[in-house]
Amino acid sequence: MAYTRAKIADLVDGKIDQETLHQMLSTPKDPERFATYIEILQERVSWDDRIILPLGPKLYIVQLKTSKEWVVRCECGHNFCNWKENWKLFARIHVRDTQPKLEEIYPRLMAQTSTWQVLREYYCSECATLHDVEAPTPWYPVIRDFEPDVDTFYKDWVGLKVPERTDA
Amino acid sequence: MNVNIREKDIIQPPAPARGIVRGGETLKQHRDRLMQATQRTKHYAGLERLELRDNEPIQYNKLFSRLRAGVVDARETAKKIAASPIVEQEGELCFTLYNAAGDCILTSTGIIIHVGTMGAAIKYMIENDWESNPGVHDKDIFCNNDCLIGNVHPCDIHTIVPIFWGGELIGWVGGVTHVIDTGSVGPGSMSTGQVQRFGDGYQITCRKVGANDALFRDWLHESQRMVRTPRYWILDERTRIAGCHMIRKLVEEVISEEGIESYWKFAYEAVEHGRVGLQNRIRAMTIPGKYRQVGFVDVPYAHEDVRLPSDFAKLDTIMHAPSEITIRGDGTWRLDFEGASRWGWHTYNAHQVSFTSGIWVMMTQTLIPSEMINDGAAYGTEFRLPKGTWMNPDDRRVAFSYSWHFLVSAWTALWRGLSRSYFGRGYLEEVNAGNANTSNWLQGGGFNQYDEIHAVNSFECAADGTGASAVRDGLSHAAAIWNPEGDMGDMEIWELAEPLVYLGRQIKASSGGAGKYRGGCGFESLRMVWNAKDWTMFFMGNGHMSSDWGLMGGYPAASGYRFAAHQTGLKEAIAEGKPIPLGGDTDPENPVWDDLIKDSVIKRDKQAITTEEMFSDYDLYLNYMRGGPGFGDPLDREPQSVADDVNGGYLLERFAPQVYGVILGKAADGALCVDAGATDTRRNAIRKERIAKSVPTREWMKGEREKILAKVGAGDHVKQMFAASFKLGPRFLADFKKFWELPNGWELLEEEIGVPHYGSIYHMDVSELPDVKTVQFVEE
Repeated sequence: MAYTRAKIADLVDGKIDQETLHQMLSTPKDPERFATYIEILQERVSWDDRIILPLGPKLYIVQLKTSKEWVVRCECGHNFCNWKENWKLFARIHVRDTQPKLEEIYPRLMAQTSTWQVLREYYCSECATLHDVEAPTPWYPVIRDFEPDVDTFYKDWVGLKVPERTDA
Repeated sequence: MNVNIREKDIIQPPAPARGIVRGGETLKQHRDRLMQATQRTKHYAGLERLELRDNEPIQYNKLFSRLRAGVVDARETAKKIAASPIVEQEGELCFTLYNAAGDCILTSTGIIIHVGTMGAAIKYMIENDWESNPGVHDKDIFCNNDCLIGNVHPCDIHTIVPIFWGGELIGWVGGVTHVIDTGSVGPGSMSTGQVQRFGDGYQITCRKVGANDALFRDWLHESQRMVRTPRYWILDERTRIAGCHMIRKLVEEVISEEGIESYWKFAYEAVEHGRVGLQNRIRAMTIPGKYRQVGFVDVPYAHEDVRLPSDFAKLDTIMHAPSEITIRGDGTWRLDFEGASRWGWHTYNAHQVSFTSGIWVMMTQTLIPSEMINDGAAYGTEFRLPKGTWMNPDDRRVAFSYSWHFLVSAWTALWRGLSRSYFGRGYLEEVNAGNANTSNWLQGGGFNQYDEIHAVNSFECAADGTGASAVRDGLSHAAAIWNPEGDMGDMEIWELAEPLVYLGRQIKASSGGAGKYRGGCGFESLRMVWNAKDWTMFFMGNGHMSSDWGLMGGYPAASGYRFAAHQTGLKEAIAEGKPIPLGGDTDPENPVWDDLIKDSVIKRDKQAITTEEMFSDYDLYLNYMRGGPGFGDPLDREPQSVADDVNGGYLLERFAPQVYGVILGKAADGALCVDAGATDTRRNAIRKERIAKSVPTREWMKGEREKILAKVGAGDHVKQMFAASFKLGPRFLADFKKFWELPNGWELLEEEIGVPHYGSIYHMDVSELPDVKTVQFVEE
């Protein structure tokens, strides 16, 4: 089942109507969704480097127009790092490791206990967007959460040419 | 007297044994042949072609539809027999049809984790030659709830009935219900006080409990006195038997009409169809690559209100479940739990089968939302669960009664991995930040309002909050991961089942994780003990930790706490018409009930797991159901949605400016409304604060590394978790040391922490018992 571009845009905006949402959930997936989705996202960002893969609402793997390097980029245009690295290591971090810091987010007694679990907030250093919150124990390594096999995905799964990249 | 024996009476040497399976194989021969063919060809049972499905697609689909409708019908009909609200209200039952080898063909709705658990029981009977002793005959009835061979926890009781056609075995049908009590140390189906199997409740190992469609009298007498709630036990068993017999009759009718040959082919092709179906869905919905995530849950056992029989269990520990999902280009996948922590002296351990089979419960809510739920998905998935971990214990003493506590907390991380896939592809509707820690469990027992020995196990937490998606908030007070049809149940029904009057039931404000889309909120019920005698209750849920995380900038759901009050003086207050606690504990930071029960003994703290505590009439107990995690940066949430949340009771007002940067004012009608200008200013200020209070990650890492080198900054419970994981997961240890750039000689052993670690060196698996052949389903 294919959906109009307008419906996919509504989905991206969180404005999708209930009937279409239900249809999207309960019927086979539309294979052309990825291409339409990327087009919509590309139109909305303020830069013209090519979006390869969205990693979050404001986080993307992007092909730099000039160098063809693939990088992880914030929607504001800030580049974190090469796409093969863990972008969190290039972000700013705020750790909520005391009860007062945790109780800024949760009511007392409903917050985690900081000697058991801390919150690590990862921000963009330019626009301060909160891209991820980790909730591990103290000492826990920063998690590299996703290493996509973009080549196989583009070539074999969605039938698209793999965009050029310098480190390929 | 003639002592001569007649020639014809001399026993002849036995003819080669003919097995009971259709065609003459023994059960063991049949399963071995299927498994060898599966291994050789990578297709289930060697079915590289689906003959019936390809040549007779209409008949194939007719068989599927009729049988599937039949098992669902059996569930819906049979559950009316039950008296337990767990079964009758919550739908905590399931019926599944198996082929002769014990592989699931199709299943009903309900608690479909048991697709695998009842299959594991059948396979255990096959591998341990139940065929020759005690024998498997037409109209036999078997019962199983043994957690060491695959059951989730002892309260899930299986009834298994073989299906014969023309004198030969052609399959099995299993029915399961979650019973209200199994006679464990503490009352309730998922109790906490015991630390070993020997206190975990009545366990039955694939026992033949009936023949000729009738239950044996010794079984009836024994089983009913092993549990606290025989009436529920009896009617639950009748529910299971009725459903199994309905399905057996249906299979017989289908074979009469469609022919045994077609049915037989269907019984195996359906499994291969399920395997291929999963692979296709993975390709259609995900992105190949590697996904890493982790789940935790606290086990706060050092507290005085956790009363245990064994000193070595009396310590705080943490469940650790890191996972790596690998999705390959051909649509196959592997789930590896390297680094998971060891099983423990508590009731939250899980068998490899319940861990893997339960994952299908969540996958039916996302990756495979079809009616074709069977063992095909299991054959299409590679699991690696290191031996000795809590999800694959290596000791026959382990207890399992509340396996779900760890299971749901480990699986919630998998949602995040899959959701990164869905988000990347644009299937935003499928994104789910995670699932709630499905608690609190209100449990306990004593003498109830009918003057009977009783146990309670409120299933209100079948309606927790769900995780947020990438397009909308999570559902509030709506669902539980383990039962896709979750329901909080009617208060009136719970009041009939429990000597506990409702003084309130309301949304639990701020329990859902914050985010652009917030997690669904849970709810809370205030119960007053009424007309109970010699009564106890306890709490069961997460407290110090949130087991879910948020996704892509969203926050975890709130964690748990407990509230109980004794010697409340409510009897007098009610008689005098004074105000009493009603509704919910809306803001636990600013409690309002306490002043109404000034002289009472109040327990209000983070100790969300306790063991049996004595309660009297007019005592209070708060049942707080958890929320789900959030998605995306809270500063990107529509300000009006924040105002709606506060007006609707989903968010405490002070968190609107604090977390969401939304400034609210009063509208003419008294409701709160958004001050758009002030909100913009506040959000910009928060962005500046974020930069000011944060540091570059690599800079922070330097300080953290120093702490690790000096072994400071983490409590013994955290260190114990790491030490246990390092021992069982050498790759996890190597990755840890590499990340923190630790010297070669750095190590952390349980021995140096100074806490008891019984079971870390000396352990004995059930497979080491004489004449026991366990069935291995995963890579270890």
